This record gives sequence, structure tokens and C-alpha cells, in this order.
Amino acid sequence: MKPVVVENIVKVYKQKRNVIEALKGVSFAVEKGEIFGIIGPDGAGKTSLFRILTTLLIAASGKATVDGFDVVKDFKQIRNRVGYMPGRFSLYQDLTVEENLEFFATIFGTTIQKNYHLIKDIYQQIEPFKTRRAGQLSGGMKQKLALCCSLIHKPSVLFLDEPTTGVDAVSRKEFWEMLHRLKEDGITILVSTPYMDEAGLCDRVALIQKGEMLSINTPAGITNEFKKPLWAVRANEMHQLLMALKEDPGVESCFPFGQQHHVVFKQPGNDRQRLETVMNTGQYTNPEIRSIRPNIEDCFMALMKQ
Amino acid sequence: MITTPVAREKVYTMSQFYIFVKKECLHIWRDRRTLFILVWMPIVQIILYGFALTNEVKNSRIAILDQSKDDATTAISNEIAASRYFNLVKNLHSYRDIDATFKQGLIRMAIVFPRNFQYDLLHSNRAQVQIIADASDPNTANTLTNYATAIINDYQLSLNNNEQLPYTIKTQLRMLYNPELKGAYNFVPGVMALVLMLVCAMMTSMAIVKEKEMGTMEVILVSPLRPFWIIIAKTIPYLLVSVLNIACILLLSVFVLGVPITGNLGLLIWESVLFTVTSLSIGILISNGAKTQQAAMFTSMMSLFLPTLLFSGFLFPVENMPVALQVISNVVPAKWYYIIVKSVMIKGLGFFAVWKETLILVGMTLILLFISISKFKIRLA
Repeated sequence: MKPVVVENIVKVYKQKRNVIEALKGVSFAVEKGEIFGIIGPDGAGKTSLFRILTTLLIAASGKATVDGFDVVKDFKQIRNRVGYMPGRFSLYQDLTVEENLEFFATIFGTTIQKNYHLIKDIYQQIEPFKTRRAGQLSGGMKQKLALCCSLIHKPSVLFLDEPTTGVDAVSRKEFWEMLHRLKEDGITILVSTPYMDEAGLCDRVALIQKGEMLSINTPAGITNEFKKPLWAVRANEMHQLLMALKEDPGVESCFPFGQQHHVVFKQPGNDRQRLETVMNTGQYTNPEIRSIRPNIEDCFMALMKQ
Repeated sequence: MITTPVAREKVYTMSQFYIFVKKECLHIWRDRRTLFILVWMPIVQIILYGFALTNEVKNSRIAILDQSKDDATTAISNEIAASRYFNLVKNLHSYRDIDATFKQGLIRMAIVFPRNFQYDLLHSNRAQVQIIADASDPNTANTLTNYATAIINDYQLSLNNNEQLPYTIKTQLRMLYNPELKGAYNFVPGVMALVLMLVCAMMTSMAIVKEKEMGTMEVILVSPLRPFWIIIAKTIPYLLVSVLNIACILLLSVFVLGVPITGNLGLLIWESVLFTVTSLSIGILISNGAKTQQAAMFTSMMSLFLPTLLFSGFLFPVENMPVALQVISNVVPAKWYYIIVKSVMIKGLGFFAVWKETLILVGMTLILLFISISKFKIRLA
């Protein structure tokens, strides 16, 4: 029995005359003890999917089970056993760190002491502030507290909706390290994120865009799907270079990626020569051309174009 | 291979319920603004309605035009000036002054004694006095002229003290339940209805909607807590606050306003708890529909505060309203509670005098509770 099975889930929102299809028939399954990442930009349908799986919303059609329980029919069973951390900070801001944790432990019929080992690594970092009100914590500490609260009852499946959004780079790194430790405790984790660079930290990822799954694979599997050679170019005149490459009829795609542009040709073959030609005609200073391995974001961009 | 999922044992323990109530109390305690409203609203309302916003006529400013200046007019003038209803602010000298003084808004009533008042009284057995009142407020004008007439009649009786008049009818007045005609007797039950309505319905609906607004509802729904217990746990602290408010209002009314509790205190408190539960269920009902705290507050104000003020009979007698409004007033729970409190607290009646009203309230409460709990959203949309 797989902890999470989603079959052809469709979710529709009606706003006056507009009908918005947030999820257009999504299917996937999560293995036990896996970190499964749902990766996609804002508005891709990640939160809708999480709310359907945590029994908070009902899908227009399709079927989903969590731990073998149907998300509509057996919602009470699911609510007893999963952990859920919504995208928006949703703890009691006027209660202290300790009071929040105690509250969530108690309503799940457990105590902090009983499952302290689960949250120990995370909670130790915020323990110095345990008498501080949750509303006065920094962004990263809020997320750590929220994670503790969703973990304290040792859930069988943990749903984390964008846990690292708005969190600084160091805290994000720590957060992912914690998820890996939880994985070792046998907890299945479903995590969504808009950050492509976090995909590599998951066991498997599903790329989602406008309510559709683009690809479901291991991070390496997804980058292996990228067949064409990928090039990174840079010069002092980055903007002019981008424009020139985008106008080139032979170029399939060109995206700015931090300090460089990633370029793919429609018909690969003597790519480097063609790039050098562009560089020479534009008379760019300090030109650089490198062949690189694609990352998840490259794949996402390529899949989006199809 | 199909494996049947194993259901985790449901855990409903008192500790779950207790921690929720404790959390709710912490919310109230830490939100100083809410706490302030909860504690001070009943006190301020009682003091306001008891002293400031009273419809009793006291210290009304009057003027006297005395063209006779004899023993009789002086005696009557002194009586009037000494009365607690009147405050003599001006002695006028001519008819023209009367109009001018009214126009300046200085006085609400003027008394005019003609020339030779005492002479006429003693010699022709007939004297006239004119009372002019500002009737832009008809009730007050009526009351003032009645008071003045009564004082003049008293003086007339004292003149005839030694003589036996033939054929006299003496009216004996007895003001039941409120011999001193204090406005507070009317206001205390009304304020109790208002305060309980506001504290329970408005505060509860806002507290529930706050969980939706802050996103915490999302988290507690995905937990073993059942919606029914969430509602009950959220309302318990407000029930306790209401009982404190009732105690506070009763103490104030007895010791500050001098309105005694003539009936059974236990009955009064139980009826109040019943009305509190009615208000709480209205609060839950409002919270089902409202998305923001502001919406909840506005709905409570419009659907509770105004009807309670208008239709409970506490400001305006329901019997004087058009039939349509009288029918509407029947669905306002505060009306029935107001009748109960008046009967028990002021008139000192027992349960058998108010069983009908109590039954109506119980019925309303059950219906409201049923609707609000069955309509409570167990999901987000």
C-alpha cells in the first residue's frame, strides 16, 4: 500500500463567470519513506493539491488515498494520522513557542516528551526562544516551529506546503537537512516548493505547471530527459547578448541564469562555432562559452515550452 | 495484494478539550482590546444607561413671570424651585421675555402668574396660572406640565386644609414594582440583554472567524479534534465571561443603581445562562457565513445590536409598534429574555410566570444550535 496515491484529480474554482481549472487531471504515487517534491511556480496548483490530500478541499473528479484511506470518505481517519504544514504561517501568533507546541501535541493525543526525539534537532534551535510569542519569531524560526508542530504526533505522512518560501538560504539548508533526518524515521514526506534548486534534495520530484504534471522522476532522471546539448555563455554586455541570441533563428531557447545565459539550439551540431559567430558579430568583451549539464530548472523551462 | 488500512484509535480525552479551552482563554487574556471590551462594556453601559442616558425628567430649566408678587405666588414659586424636577434659572419681567427666553433655548417651561393672583384667589375663589412648555419634545413637555400642576394642586389643597369640601374624589396612586419611578428598573434588564448578546454572539463569531482569517482553522481541521468539539471549546470561555458579566451587572444594579433583585437569584442566573447559550449559537451561525472578523462584527451589529435595542421593548414599548413590527419582534430572542428578567428581577415572579418565555428561548436555542453546528464547515470551501 503506497502512502499517497493520486489518480486523475481535477479541481475547478468558480469565480463569478470565470471557471479556473487549478488541477487538470493529476496522477502520481508516493513510495513509503520517500521525500516527494512537488515543484512548480506560484499558481501551478500545488496548494490545491495539498488541500485535497489533507481533506480540506474536495476534488471535482478523480480519486486520491492517503495511507489507503479515501480523502473524501475517510477524512476523519486521515486527519488523525497525517501532519500538515500550510504554506502560510498558521500557528497561534499570540501563544508562545512552547504553548503552540504543547497545544498541537495535546490535540493529537500525545505529549512533547513522548515524541521529543522526532523534533529534538529542530526544536533545540528554537528552544532558547520558547517563551517568546510565535508572532515575534523570525521567518526561519516560524517555519521550524510550524514543522515541529506538524511533526509532534509522529504522522505517517507529512505534507509540507512551501515550507522554505520566504526563508533565508542558511535556514533553507538546515530545513532540508531536517527533512532527511525525518525520512530516516520512516516518515513519508510530500513537500512543495517553487525553488527549482531544491528539487535535487528530493528522492523524486513532480514538475507541475498550470495544473498539469510535466514530468515525474528522480532528479537525475529528469535531467537525463534533457537530450540536447546545453551551453552557458557570458560576456560583459549580458543584455545585448540575450537579445541577440533570442533573435537568432537557430536558437531554440535562451534564458538568463544568474551570471550566464543558458542556450539550446533547435538543430544541435557545431553549436560552439555558431555561438562564437554570434559573439564575434556583436563584438562582446570577455566572451565565455562553456558546455554544461542541465539542471532541473533547464528541464522545467524545456518542458514548459513543449 | 490488497491490504486493509488500519484505523488509528480515536482519542477524545478531556485533556484535548481542556487545552483548547485554555488556549482560548489565553487568546482573550492576551488580546487586551478584547479583554477591555469584555470587562468594561457591561460596566460602562450600566453606568451610562443608569445615570447619563436616562429619560427621567430632572432639573429641567424653567422661568417664572410673576406679575403679582404676593404670598401665594411666592409660596408656589418656592415649592417649584425646590422641586428636584425643576431648576429655576430666570425670573422674567414681561410677556415678551418669555418668547425670547424660549428662543434662546434657555428654558423648557415657563410659569406665568397674572396680576392680583392672591386677591383673585381669596376674593373671587378663582385664580389663573399659565404654564407654557416647549413641546418640541412632547413627552417631556407633558411630564413637566404634570409635575407643575401637581405642585400647584398641592398648594391649593393646603389652603383648604381646615375646611371640609363637599363631594371630593381622592385618587390614590400606587406605582407597583418601582414606586420611585426610576428609569434604572427598565434599563437594567435591557442592558443585560444587550451585553450578553454582544459579548456572546459578537465575540464568539469574531473568535471563530479569526481562526479562519489567520489560517489556524486549516491546521486544527487536519487534526483528530472534531468540529463539534472545536465549537464547544471556543464558546466555553465566552460563557464564563458572560456569567461574570451577569454577576457584575447585578452587583452594580443593586449597589450603585439601587435596583433590588426581588425574585429568585438562582432562577435569574439560569435564565441568563440560557440566553447566553442562545446568543452563543447565533455567534456560531454568524461565523459560518463570515470570512473576515470585520464582516463578523458588522453582521453581529446589524443583526443583533439594533434589533435588540429596538425590539426588546427596552427603549420603545413593543405594544405601541405597528403589527408588522410586533410580529418581527417575536423572533428577537432578546425580547423574551427582557420579559423574563423584568418578571423575575423587578416583579419578583417565579418560574411559573415565565415558563412560556423560557420555552420559547429553549426552542430558539435548539433550532439555532442545530443549524449552526450542522452548517459548520468541516472543510475549507
